[in-house]
Amino acid sequence: MTDHIVKSYDRDLEALGRRIAEMGGVAEQMLAEAMDALSSFNVDLAHRVVSSDPRLDALQREIEENAILTIARRQPLAVDLRECIAAIRISGDIERVGDLAKNIAKRTLKIVSEARVPRAIVGLKSMHEIAAMQLKDALDAYALRDTERARAVWQNDSDLDALEDSVFRDLLTFMMEDPRNISFCTHLLFCSKNLERIGDHTTNISETVVYLVTGEPMPTERPKTRVPDFGVKDEAAQ
Amino acid sequence: MNAAAQLAQVKEPQIKVSLRNLDFYYGATRALKDINLPLYANKVTSFIGPSGCGKSTLLRVLNRMYDLYPGQRADGEVLIDGENILDPAIDLNALRSRVGMIFQKPTPFPMSIYENIAFGIRLYEKLSRADMDARVEDALRGAALWDEVKDKLHTSGLGLSGGQQQRLCIARSVAVQPEIILFDEPCSALDPISTAKVEELIDELTHRYTIAIVTHNMQQAVRVSDYTAFMYLGELLEFGETDEVFNKPKEKRTLDYVTGRFG
Repeated sequence: MTDHIVKSYDRDLEALGRRIAEMGGVAEQMLAEAMDALSSFNVDLAHRVVSSDPRLDALQREIEENAILTIARRQPLAVDLRECIAAIRISGDIERVGDLAKNIAKRTLKIVSEARVPRAIVGLKSMHEIAAMQLKDALDAYALRDTERARAVWQNDSDLDALEDSVFRDLLTFMMEDPRNISFCTHLLFCSKNLERIGDHTTNISETVVYLVTGEPMPTERPKTRVPDFGVKDEAAQ
Repeated sequence: MNAAAQLAQVKEPQIKVSLRNLDFYYGATRALKDINLPLYANKVTSFIGPSGCGKSTLLRVLNRMYDLYPGQRADGEVLIDGENILDPAIDLNALRSRVGMIFQKPTPFPMSIYENIAFGIRLYEKLSRADMDARVEDALRGAALWDEVKDKLHTSGLGLSGGQQQRLCIARSVAVQPEIILFDEPCSALDPISTAKVEELIDELTHRYTIAIVTHNMQQAVRVSDYTAFMYLGELLEFGETDEVFNKPKEKRTLDYVTGRFG
């Protein structure tokens, strides 16, 4: 796009994009370290993840404030207005990803004394691989304003949903095998939910990227492949 | 016709003015090039574009204002309710009461507030004192000015503030019962509060009149208009619903202009 006549307008919008990239980097690191801490029962690493969260919150507040100031100052229209709105939305999604990573780290601190069924974590690691890839791709889609990449993230979320179902069944099996596994596996159940929610936030980011570039919302419902199991209510359908 | 089809028909905006293949010349210079667009009835259409693009020129065609100046001519058709007002047989005085105009700089007559309104009415109608009083009051109410001037109707119009003078000009236009009102940058010389009052007035006027407004203020165009025409170097580059033109314009030059990228 051509530059604005007023150069500081371009600088304002570029600054928003840079801050989002910075936030994304922090969230990616928090997620990686939270899962590392969980798989290796590393207390120090888990604490580090928890203490990273305030920085993410501060970045989100800063982005929101700057976006609002840009709207007030520049009265942006068309794609410029969508840039400001996208920055507000995406920073909110990244902040939630950070919270969910922090929650995984906090659960690690709770279960580290038990360390019962290490093989139960295998499924979670697979979920993490997908979620981390989705997050990276969503952030790249935003940085490059790439709608194709964004749409792919949106499509691939169903893989994460399917994996969560299988992790759910595995954890139930471990709990039924031995009641002493129940506490440990219940914490892992929450962790799997957190990873699935991270996936949902990456699809939110993708939808925002498509809106930013085209001005149109994503056309249909996000694909979901959940199959309710054991009579449990399907939360996603609510 | 079933109810759904009836509703669809009611919602379809009617065309009040239709510009067809309109060219305009200042001497040998072609200032408007093959303009085709509608002005929808009881809607506000804004004209935006960089300086010199022809928007004020276009406005002045709609009430044949250019006729006052030699060497200026329009070709093509401007149909108001199907009647071509470029036809030489048209009664220009009658046209200019049907199509009112408000200019950038308020232009009250050097007369009392009352006489500013009554003067125009008297050109077309012979009214009793009581009827004239009622018409003047109606016009001033129609311009949201009555409460501010009702106790000083016989003081000079020039003694009003800029914003009040502009509303007096609007009252003057409204007094002769027009169908169309043209605004040429009506708020450029006004403070923000007066601007807001004029914009509020435009909102109300739409119920009774068809409105065209030339404005340099993009946010004003977004606020007050239903349709927007983007002009550049005498041509109409884009025309559409205001929300579309300002949020998802079809033309790159429109996008560059509304987002301040036009160099």
